[in-house]
This record gives sequence, structure tokens and C-alpha cells, in this order.
Amino acid sequence: MQAVAAEPAFPPLAAFRIDGDAIHAPLAAIAADVQRGRDIVASRDGNCLLCHAIPETGARFMGDIALPLSGVGARLSAAQLRLRVVDQARLNPDTVMPSYYKVDGLHRVAPAFRGRPILSAAQIEDVVAFLQTLK
Amino acid sequence: MRALCMLLLWPLLLAAQTPAPRSGLEFASADVRALQADDFANPGMLWVARGEKLWNTPAGRSATSCAGCHREAPVSMKGVAARYPRFDREAGAVLNLEARIKRCRESRQQAEALPHESEDLLALTAYVAHQSRGQSLVPAKDVASVAARERGREQYFRRQGQMNLACMHCHDRLAGRKLLSDTISEGHGNGYPAYRLEWQALGSLQRRLRACFTGVRAEAPAFGAPELIELELYLVQRAGPLRVETPAVRR
Ligand code: HEC
Ligand code: HEC
Ligand code: HEC
Repeated sequence: MQAVAAEPAFPPLAAFRIDGDAIHAPLAAIAADVQRGRDIVASRDGNCLLCHAIPETGARFMGDIALPLSGVGARLSAAQLRLRVVDQARLNPDTVMPSYYKVDGLHRVAPAFRGRPILSAAQIEDVVAFLQTLK
Repeated sequence: MRALCMLLLWPLLLAAQTPAPRSGLEFASADVRALQADDFANPGMLWVARGEKLWNTPAGRSATSCAGCHREAPVSMKGVAARYPRFDREAGAVLNLEARIKRCRESRQQAEALPHESEDLLALTAYVAHQSRGQSLVPAKDVASVAARERGREQYFRRQGQMNLACMHCHDRLAGRKLLSDTISEGHGNGYPAYRLEWQALGSLQRRLRACFTGVRAEAPAFGAPELIELELYLVQRAGPLRVETPAVRR
């Protein structure tokens, strides 16, 4: 029998602590980058524009499933934004917003995405940095 | 006493409040609606025409055409598509229209199998379904279909995929809203096989359903898989009295 090269396993998710409606500590010790965050939000990686309008991205097509994110950086702190991107379902179990940093409790995930969160810890930090600029 | 009255009336009130299902056509843009309305402009009619030719062409070891047994499709196939999926005694399984046609092709005509989504199978399915255009969908009542439909209903409400969304989230809650640039409809299958501009081709309902699985990054069942038939059964029931539109045009 020949061994089949397995998909490179995704590293285990970083541990994080939720305080009230926020995650205070960054998920990854990186220099978060606003421009990278903007790219993730508008690309298929983050796919935020499926549901949210974010005129600041300059994108042509944006969904109207959820409220536009303009001004969200003034409404919410970095720590609050982090929890909303990591796992909005903690705040609203009935939400349609995907949990971007979660691999458990999911059903029938396509093989290419199994065991992986939608965004990596570093990508989450970039996105949070970008969201903070929406004031 | 008041409470009891309310309790008894509750189902009636609920029924009165449930709005009538709306076909995907109603969510389509004016140019798409115009394409569907005009049989000469509707690209799906090319497949219907091809299906009519195949209907009359002898095939397989039987050297018999569909028409050889079923005669005039506008008479023999009228209303048939509206009743599928349903239990087929000979097959011992619930079949959708494609699977029913495949069986006749293989066991009656004794011709080589038509693969799922092949041009010929789509054409025959479109031609047969077109004979039911304007007829209301009829949910199957046989025991096997009722049980399978219940599994389809459970699937419809179960979150799945990396995006963790159920069919219900988009098609019950968000109908009319824009997902990026797509207007989400109520997710009815009454127009299939349908011509989608995105595909530049006619495709089956199962092709569309598989796209909805992939869209939430869920593993799509194979064509013909029981999960898809079960969903199709549930879709017929929730579409209520909607009418067959085949070949519909969608974005
Ligand atoms: C499938 C639709 C969907 C997608 C995709 C989506 N969201 Fe959301 N989002 C929502 C909804 C709906 C809400 C409203 C809150 C709720 O449902 O609990 C929301 C709420 C939020 C909030 C809180 C806003 C506030 O003012 O309280 C933030 C921040 C947010 N989303 C950011 C994002 C980011 C960043 C992305 C991409 C990485 C994203 N969302 C992708 C649907 C979505
Ligand atoms: C040799 C005769 C024969 C040929 C050829 C034949 N069929 Fe059939 N078909 C039948 C019979 C008999 C039934 C009904 C009994 C059964 O369930 O098998 C049937 C049933 C059907 C049904 C279901 C009708 C209903 O009311 O549920 C469809 C649809 C159908 N055929 C389509 C086709 C198509 C399309 C072709 C050509 C590709 C074809 N048939 C070729 C004999 C034939
Ligand atoms: C993330 C949102 C989303 C989810 C979840 C989703 N769909 Fe869809 N679906 C769409 C979009 C967008 C379209 C294309 C626009 C339209 O016709 O609604 C579509 C189209 C359809 C259509 C074709 C409607 C027509 O008139 O052409 C059907 C049927 C359908 N979906 C059924 C389902 C089923 C069953 C599920 C669950 C397995 C599902 N969808 C899950 C977004 C979704």
C-alpha cells in the first residue's frame, strides 16, 4: 500500500479568552497590517462583502444582508471587533455571520476546508486593524 | 376560554400569515424575465428542441424511440414532471425525473446510459418537463417519499459547511436581499432544468443545489445521491402551488 500525502494539517487554533463581549489579547503576535486587512475583507478569503457593504474598499458589488460596516471602528473597540470576527455566534447563536476562527461543531465541511478556520489568527488581526480604520 | 379559542385558532392564523411562495422568476431582473417569457429568445428552448428530436429517435438494442412507447409527449407526458420525485415500484426507490428517464433509456430502450448533466439527458428532461409547464407541483404521497421528504426537511434546516449556514438562512430569511451581487430568491426548483446565464447552459436542479452546498463550503453530494433527492422532495412541498416553468431562465 502506498502512503497518500495528506493535506498539510492546519496548526491548532490559538487559545483566546472572551471577556464579556470582547477578546482583549491579539490572537497572533504580528504587526497587523491595515492594507492586508482591507484585501482580506474584499477577497474570497474573508468574503465580508457577500453580506456587508464596506464602501471604503472601493468594491463594485456588495451585499445588503447585514448592516454596512462604515463607522464600525468608532462604534466598537478592537477587542469587541475581534470577538465579532472570531465568533459572532457567541453573541447571537442565531446569526448568519460565519464564525471566522472556529473548526468545531461544524457539519459536512468540504474536504479542502476541513479542520481549518476561515481566517488564520494573523488574518484576523489584519482584519481587526482594518475595521478600526472605519470611523 | 379566550386562551382556548386562541389555541384552536392558532393553526389557522399561522396559515393565514404564511405568504404564498414566490417563484425565482419574481426575483429576477426585467431582462431575465423577458428572456424567459419569449420562447424564441429563451435559450433553454434549444434543449427542448433537441429533446423533442431525441424523443422521436430510435435508440439502443430495442431500436425503439421514446415515442415508440409513449407516443405524443404533449399528451402522455403532460403533468408527469410536476409529480416527481416519487417512489418507483420497479426501481424500488424514490426517483427524480432524470432518474426515471435514465431507467427507460437503459432498461426499455436498452441503450447506453446517459450520464448526469449530459446534453442528451438534460435535453430529454427539459422536453418532458416542458410538457408540464403551467401545472402546479404535486408533492408525492407514497410512504417512501414522505419519509425521504422528512429527511430532506431536516437537511434544509441544518447548518452546514465552513460557513455554517442552512438552506433556511438564505432562502427563508434573506429572500430578496443581495448576497454580493446575487438577489437571493426563495429557492424553489419549479423552473428546472433551467438556463442559467452564469452557466451559459441548461443545468439540472441538482447542479444548482450542489452549487448551494459549495457556496457555504460544504461537501456537495454526488449527482443522484439520496441527499439531493430528499431535498428535491422537500422543495416540492415547500413550493406549494407554484407552477412548472421549464425551461426557466435565471441569472
Ligand atoms: C453571511 C453573511 C455575513 C458575512 C459573510 C459576514 N457578516 Fe458580519 N455580520 C452579519 C450579520 C447578519 C451581522 C449582524 C449581527 C448578527 O447577526 O448577530 C454581522 C455583524 C458584524 C459586525 C458587528 C457590527 C456591529 O455594528 O455590531 C462586524 C464587526 C462584522 N459583522 C464584521 C464582519 C467581517 C469583518 C466579515 C468578513 C471577515 C463579516 N462580517 C462577514 C453577516 C455577515
Ligand atoms: C419499450 C417501451 C418504452 C420506451 C422505449 C420508453 N419508455 Fe418510458 N416508460 C415505459 C413504461 C412501461 C413506463 C411506465 C411503467 C414503469 O414505471 O416502468 C414508462 C414510464 C416513463 C416515465 C414516467 C411516467 C409517469 O407517469 O410517471 C417517463 C418520464 C418516461 N417513461 C420517459 C421516457 C423517455 C424520455 C423515453 C426515451 C428516452 C422512454 N420513456 C422510453 C416504457 C417505455
Ligand atoms: C449563502 C446563501 C445560500 C444558502 C445557504 C443556500 N443557497 Fe440556494 N441559492 C443561493 C443563491 C445566491 C442562489 C441564486 C439566486 C437565487 O435564485 O436565489 C440560490 C439558488 C437556489 C435555487 C434555485 C432557485 C431558482 O429559482 O433558480 C434553489 C432551488 C436553491 N438555491 C436551494 C437551496 C437549498 C436546498 C439549499 C440548502 C442545501 C440552499 N439553496 C442553500 C444562496 C444560498
